[in-house]
Amino acid sequence: MTAHSDFPAHPTDFPEPIEEAPEPYEHYLNHKYGLASWLLTRDHKRIAILYLISISFFFLLGGLMAVIIRLELTTPEGDLVQADIYNRLFTMHGILMIFFFLIPAIPGVLGNFLIPLMIGAKDLAFPKINLLSWYIYVIGGIFTFYALLTGGVDTGWTFYAPLSTGYTNTPVVMVALGIFITGFSSILTGLNFIVTIHRMRAPGLTWFRLPLFVWAHYATSLIQILGTPVIAITILLLGAERIAGVGIFDPKLGGDPVLFQHFFWFYSHPAVYIMILPAMGVVSELIAAFARKPVFGYHFVAFASIAIAVLGFLVWAHHMFVAGISVYAAAVFSILSMLVAIPSAVKVFNWTTTLYKGSISWDTPMLYALGFIGLFTIGGLTGVMLATLGIDIHVHDTYFVVAHFHYIMVGGAIMGYMGGLHYWWPKITGKLYPKFWSKVGALTIFLGFNVTFFPQFLLGYLGMPRRYHTYPNEFQVLNVMSSAGATVLGLGYLIPAIYFIWSMRYGKDASANPWGAIGLEWETNSPPPVENFDKPPVVTWGAYEYHEARVMPSLPPPKEEVMRVT
Amino acid sequence: MSIPPPHGFLPNAPLFPPRASEMARDIDLLFFTTLGITVFFSSLIAVLIFYFMIRYRRRSPTQVGVYLKGGSTLLLESTWIIGPLVISLAIFAWGARIFFAAARPPPDAKQYYVIGKQWMWKIEHPGGRREINELHVPRGQAVKLKLTSEDVVHSFYLPAMRIKNDAIPGRYTTMWFNADTLGTFHLFCAEYCGTEHSRMVGRIIVMEPAEYERWIGGESPGGVSGVPSGEDLFVAKACHTCHREGSTARAPLLHGLMGKTVHLEGGQKATADETYIRESIVNPAAKIVAGYQPIMPTYRGQLSEEEIIQLIRYVASLKEPTVGEPTSAGKAADRPAESPPSQSEGAR
Repeated sequence: MTAHSDFPAHPTDFPEPIEEAPEPYEHYLNHKYGLASWLLTRDHKRIAILYLISISFFFLLGGLMAVIIRLELTTPEGDLVQADIYNRLFTMHGILMIFFFLIPAIPGVLGNFLIPLMIGAKDLAFPKINLLSWYIYVIGGIFTFYALLTGGVDTGWTFYAPLSTGYTNTPVVMVALGIFITGFSSILTGLNFIVTIHRMRAPGLTWFRLPLFVWAHYATSLIQILGTPVIAITILLLGAERIAGVGIFDPKLGGDPVLFQHFFWFYSHPAVYIMILPAMGVVSELIAAFARKPVFGYHFVAFASIAIAVLGFLVWAHHMFVAGISVYAAAVFSILSMLVAIPSAVKVFNWTTTLYKGSISWDTPMLYALGFIGLFTIGGLTGVMLATLGIDIHVHDTYFVVAHFHYIMVGGAIMGYMGGLHYWWPKITGKLYPKFWSKVGALTIFLGFNVTFFPQFLLGYLGMPRRYHTYPNEFQVLNVMSSAGATVLGLGYLIPAIYFIWSMRYGKDASANPWGAIGLEWETNSPPPVENFDKPPVVTWGAYEYHEARVMPSLPPPKEEVMRVT
Repeated sequence: MSIPPPHGFLPNAPLFPPRASEMARDIDLLFFTTLGITVFFSSLIAVLIFYFMIRYRRRSPTQVGVYLKGGSTLLLESTWIIGPLVISLAIFAWGARIFFAAARPPPDAKQYYVIGKQWMWKIEHPGGRREINELHVPRGQAVKLKLTSEDVVHSFYLPAMRIKNDAIPGRYTTMWFNADTLGTFHLFCAEYCGTEHSRMVGRIIVMEPAEYERWIGGESPGGVSGVPSGEDLFVAKACHTCHREGSTARAPLLHGLMGKTVHLEGGQKATADETYIRESIVNPAAKIVAGYQPIMPTYRGQLSEEEIIQLIRYVASLKEPTVGEPTSAGKAADRPAESPPSQSEGAR
């Protein structure tokens, strides 16, 4: 906390909050109309909207597949769809959700929209590359969608060789190419963010005054540009073996199947952090804004993001403890996986401590943020259990793993995304959504999520393997519970979908700062003007300094207290 | 003492899996300890969140949080860095101990071979008896499984023993257990392997040793599924034309090879285990024994996994020759052979 105390007490160069906008107010949404104005835009805010629409489409598709999967699993027999269809469903569910929803979700929508606003810039460093990365994403999506329409693949999203290279007769190369192409979108977004964060911060916005959302995206971008090329190479090798019969992974051709797993997880484990780090960034913003306090241990939370990004590259073989790797290699990867839990724990403890003596509102975004902390804690700790060698030999490849990573990805990443979307929706659209229904939605999602995925921990310990179309009778009760929860969860997602769309037309107009939050994005109008700020902002304070009363003249003078640790 | 009877209020939906080995007990203890830690920290966070949410709820729209100035941030931060670090390292050490034990079969373990294949498990007992999707084992006897696959990656999973291991094409992996509870338990394929993955299931049946002996004796070993014995294959595939006494200049003798350290061309060493012998058959050029020429043709694609296993078992059965006694390979050499695979076909 001492780090913040040397900022000027009464800055004079702080831009005054913007006055009531003159009518008609021209902003990024209404300054131009027509399809071309959207498809050829270089405005990061409009590109964010393009991402929002396209990822929502894939989320809906992936969600519909989950519905059929859960419906099939209500009975032990395979009586709704055939095994071949079932295998394609869970494969495409994973591929769409991971590569076309979770990875681009927060960076593509919220990162794109907010990073320039948060650092006081007009746009990202490379606006045309930003648009290009959306187009690349869409082209990759079309490839995969086309493959889906022609039947989809049945290899699991992990594409393990030699099943994917020599045995399945589904269009593996087509889908893999879709992922290959989309990877470049991810790389370009990461590159754009890194350059933007380095070069385009407003005067006075030093690294340690940055919102933690920006730090988290910086860490995410590092993984994107360093990790994604490896999955691209892996896909090319997979294609070379499948199309040309070059022996790389299939032992019948002289290859090594375990090599594929090393290559695959070298990207795909860090990819988990691509999904969760931005959500952590969102949660840091939400906790600060709705407790009206600086995030406790700001530096620790910021560097925890970097630590997770770095350590995330050193843990990939914890997916392979029983895949014939040496016991010593397994031990090394186990201990490294334990280490990655530490920065995650640091974040959770700091967020929780931030709440202490805060001014905590129960607004919808905060409900999502608190839900995130709880579910991420469970997901993270079960991750430590999975990283424990003696436990993994039992629960590896069972529903325990399925439950664990859904706690991280749905309970973590999607909760973070939903929280962020609710927090910045008034900024993005200039409209307010109904308070009551949004809280109903958040609670429904939280409840539905837990009823869906908690029974899967039990199923996993009982020994039910993942990716099973049929299963022994004794697993039915828990599977029915899980499916019932999924119904609630699905309905939960419909509620925000409905009121968000409703709010765009019927919602009340949002003020510049409806939450009374601090941050450059709240200093400009809702929705922001085309060039974000009427006057380039100058920053003289750190993020979240709610105790500096000048930030919100309407607030009473803050109390100061010396923290005692006992 | 069969499958522990279902318990609880839902008799057909147990909440705890049956366990049938000492190691399963060890793993359960580790699991429940870490589960306790998980529950403790999750509850701690949940309780704190709910408490703060209510205690410090916003009372007026303009209220801001109390600014905590100074104090020992560092003390708190180091507490929750060092605390979890120590706990997780302790869990790691415990987990590694169990894992190492699970990876190292005791010397008296009986060796079974398991071949995964889309979508069945083929199992061969030490005496040569074969079965499909069922594994009969005697109680109280350490059982070592050598796993491989004919096609894609599978995983041999015995939930009642709390262990699994992948069956990977082109190599042998090892797992072992010592069943201490009679009964019938699940056998699953845990690694997704294609269309009928969820049908690649079976049973493990733990029997009294005497009963197992009766069961194993019920059928004559070998020949049941039409796989020739290793000794016959050694002749039929013309291995014996080079790997025999008197021909030692062309190929090394295989007697007493299993488990030994082999010195290779180029000064490297290799341990002659199942994977080494398999590789020497299907890809002989990969590791050349010091002092020999890479003249052996490959047998890739000419032997089924079962046949390779028979050959490995035969090689393993060849004991170090005692001076003056004809060896079994020497005897095999007297028998007529099929024509060996052509050199050109084999050269890669």
